[in-house]
Amino acid sequence: MKVRLLDIAHARSGDKGDTANVGLIALKPEWYDVLVTYVTEAAAVTHFTGVITGGVQRYELPNLRALNFLLHGALDGGGTLSLKTDAQGKVFSTAMLRMVIDVPDAEAQALALPAYTAAV
Amino acid sequence: MSGKTVVRVAGGQGFWGDWLEAPRRQVEGGPVDYLMLDYLAEVTMSILQKQKERDPNMGYARDFVGAMESVLDAVVNKGVKVIANAGGVNPEACAAAVQAMAAKHGAAGKLKIGVITGDNLLPRIDELLANGHELRNMDTGEPLSLVRDRVIAANAYIGSTPIVEALSKGANVVIIGRSTDTALTMAPLRYEFGWAANDWDKLAAGIIAGHIIECGAQCSGGNCLHDWRNIPNLADIGYPIVECSPDGTFVVTKHDNTGGRVSVPTVTEQLVYEMGDPHSYITPDVVADFTSIQLADGGTDRVKVHGIKGSAATDKLKVSIAYRSGYKAVGSLVYSWPDALEKAQMADRILRERLDRLGLTFEQVLSEFVGASATHGPLAGVGAGKDAPEIQYRIGVRDADKAKVERFTREIVPLVLNGPPSVTGFAAGRPKTEEIVAYWPALVDKTVVTTHVEVLS
Repeated sequence: MKVRLLDIAHARSGDKGDTANVGLIALKPEWYDVLVTYVTEAAAVTHFTGVITGGVQRYELPNLRALNFLLHGALDGGGTLSLKTDAQGKVFSTAMLRMVIDVPDAEAQALALPAYTAAV
Repeated sequence: MSGKTVVRVAGGQGFWGDWLEAPRRQVEGGPVDYLMLDYLAEVTMSILQKQKERDPNMGYARDFVGAMESVLDAVVNKGVKVIANAGGVNPEACAAAVQAMAAKHGAAGKLKIGVITGDNLLPRIDELLANGHELRNMDTGEPLSLVRDRVIAANAYIGSTPIVEALSKGANVVIIGRSTDTALTMAPLRYEFGWAANDWDKLAAGIIAGHIIECGAQCSGGNCLHDWRNIPNLADIGYPIVECSPDGTFVVTKHDNTGGRVSVPTVTEQLVYEMGDPHSYITPDVVADFTSIQLADGGTDRVKVHGIKGSAATDKLKVSIAYRSGYKAVGSLVYSWPDALEKAQMADRILRERLDRLGLTFEQVLSEFVGASATHGPLAGVGAGKDAPEIQYRIGVRDADKAKVERFTREIVPLVLNGPPSVTGFAAGRPKTEEIVAYWPALVDKTVVTTHVEVLS
């Protein structure tokens, strides 16, 4: 089943130099493991193709039911150097929430994950 | 040690430019012991340094004088103490301005202002480099010598110790330059509860309390994505307060009868803001472990925080260095339906062709189409902006050569008459060329930085 992160998580992002961080927080405690399993570093690298120039690091915060992603090379040099509208990475949060993951039907149903149907 | 069982620290400013009403609302809305005002972002020090070069009595966050005026009654008559990193590169001048303001209100003798200096390393850079402190860029590893001649500010991030000292000497207003944001909250807790300098778990708790409130209302419903439509009355938002106990546990809350929300989701969003490795949040006082934080719902607009672990501080201080790094300019035009995005894209092709013909190349050129792809890029999808009522075309350049950037600024507005149709939004005319002051984070041995505390009365 397709699941969109916007429907199972919330997020906030910020900057450190040319790196954007995205904190991804499960909307329900029981959905945290879904994030851990399917929103991997590799998945984030694929998702942000063409948006960031560097790699991705992921940290787990099970206590907050959150993952922290560091997206390197995200901000056109960052800080005052950047020419971007979003020079401080404030809306990488919502860019992350666009991600659609594929969860096996049985698991998705057991956790009552909302299905995502792409608009045609 | 004060023997208090609860100390309330209120966050009243999250950056220089934050809501002018907030400090007064924090001291008038209910009981608070300390008002914490955070004014400094990474690049603020360089702006202040430039101001001080023009006028030796400047170089601090001038908003602070107005903030002090708005809370003067609470400081003088209710015993509220204020801690602020408003001193910038001139804490002494900041203190003098506050004293002058107090004198105007007949309260000159009621303020005991603690002034903390020693963070400013600008006059000492060559001495430090000569003594083998390379001040390498923490991100790139490059030595500072690469940009030494362009450095305009250098400040060490100071921890809680001198603030505690100022409070012990009786200060009811503490003005510091480049402290860590979190120390402004942790220091009064350490002072009131007598926490030892190696009581890592409690110090870490104080730091995390500081992290939660250092961005003002960003933990109490502001900029909160979770359930944003239903967060009540943001027009009247309550800024955050931490109610702290001697054991290092605390409650995040806000005054009654204010808008916004304090809940596990609003606090969690702030906890992950600007986070690096959550296992080691490094400060001059302690290394805090964000994976140890436990949050619990403590009732309406109350979140309980406990379980925090910390470990020994490192032997380094972070240094924030600012250096001149060329020029930039960003301009924009707005194209309307029909085919707004196509028109904006054509304008971009024309402009770039004209820059080419002028032989102008830049270190960086960035075009964005606001309304289609400016913030999410390709993630917005191939059809994004396709039938938009309008699209803002935004183009910026960056280069070491100011003349080239200036020439670029002349090339945008002509498109209004000699480019694609249905264009507007050019009332501001040519964009301004700005000098870029870039940020160079480095580390220095703690032993080379000595702070000085003076209490004026």
